[in-house]
Formats: sequence, C-alpha cells, structure tokens
Amino acid sequence: MAVYLSVIALVLLGTLALGLVRVGRGPTPGDRMASVLLGGTTGVALLLILSASEGSGATLDTALVLAVLAPVLTVAFIAARRRPSLGESDRG
Amino acid sequence: MADAFTVVFTLAGTLFFLTGSIGLLRFPDLYSRLHALTKADNLGLGLIALGVLAQADGAAFVAKVILVWLVTLATSAVVGHLIARDALPGNPETGVMNDD
Repeated sequence: MAVYLSVIALVLLGTLALGLVRVGRGPTPGDRMASVLLGGTTGVALLLILSASEGSGATLDTALVLAVLAPVLTVAFIAARRRPSLGESDRG
Repeated sequence: MADAFTVVFTLAGTLFFLTGSIGLLRFPDLYSRLHALTKADNLGLGLIALGVLAQADGAAFVAKVILVWLVTLATSAVVGHLIARDALPGNPETGVMNDD
C-alpha cells in the first residue's frame, strides 16, 4: 500500500509541475492565478495521500492549514487589482 | 477490501487532477481553463479524500479529512468566481483593468 500511495503522490507532483507551465506562460494574470489555485488543491491532495501513507496526524494538519491558507493568496491578488495603489507588480 | 477501495478512489481522483492540469494547458481562454480546474479541484480532491478515509484510524482523522474537503469546496467556488469576475471586460469593480 505504501508503494502504491508513493506512486500516486509522484503522479500528483507531476500534475503540479504541468500546472506550473501555465503559470509561466500566462498570458493574463488571471490565468497564472487560476493555475496557482489548482496547484494549491493539488498540494492538499498530495498531503492527504502522504498522511494516509504514514498514518501521521501532523501531515493531515498541514493539509488542513494549506487548504485554509491557499485562497488567501487569490483574495489578496484580487484586492490588489481592485486597488492598484496596493501594488505595482499586479499590472504584469 | 479497504485497500482496494483506496486504490480505486485515489486513482480516480488522480485522473481528475491530471485531466484538470491538461485542460489548464490546452484550453484556449481563461474561462474554459477555470471550468477545467474547478471540476478537477472539487471532484478530484473529493475522490482522493474518500480513498484516504478507507485508511483512517480514529474519528479525529476522519473528521479532519472531511473538513479539508469541505473547506476546499467552499473556497474554490468563491475563488473561481473572484478570478472570473475580475477578468470580465468593463468590470466596474476593477475600473480600467483590461490591460490583459
């Protein structure tokens, strides 16, 4: 079972890398942000798989924290776009 | 039995993540990309959570896994709407943000 779960974790890591290509290409900031959103969820899934493989409560707690914190990034991004004075870098 | 359950559901969930990533790469514009990735988000993570639940030991583990899924369901819906609305042409909330 541990071997199977490791393979699944590796495949998920591969899809995360695939999503990073879209972060690099863009072309709009929204595209990059959407890709980061999928990356966050993939990370949560990865941590869930690892917690099942190790039977570790700490890994599961990390998954929960990541699930809660991932949307904060997007909300901050949208807030900065609505008020451009919050940051110049959001115009890329 | 529990192991077979885990294999089936985590495999299905991983397929959803894979198709979501491919959709993100292949689809032509932001809206169809959002469509691809929110499905992968919700269903993929749900299936993986179900698969992980079969390996659970104890009520706290089960409750946390379900909580992770529910939190992600809620946040990915909200965040998907935020991104899509931000990209609308002539969006009054973003003013003249149509530089993209």
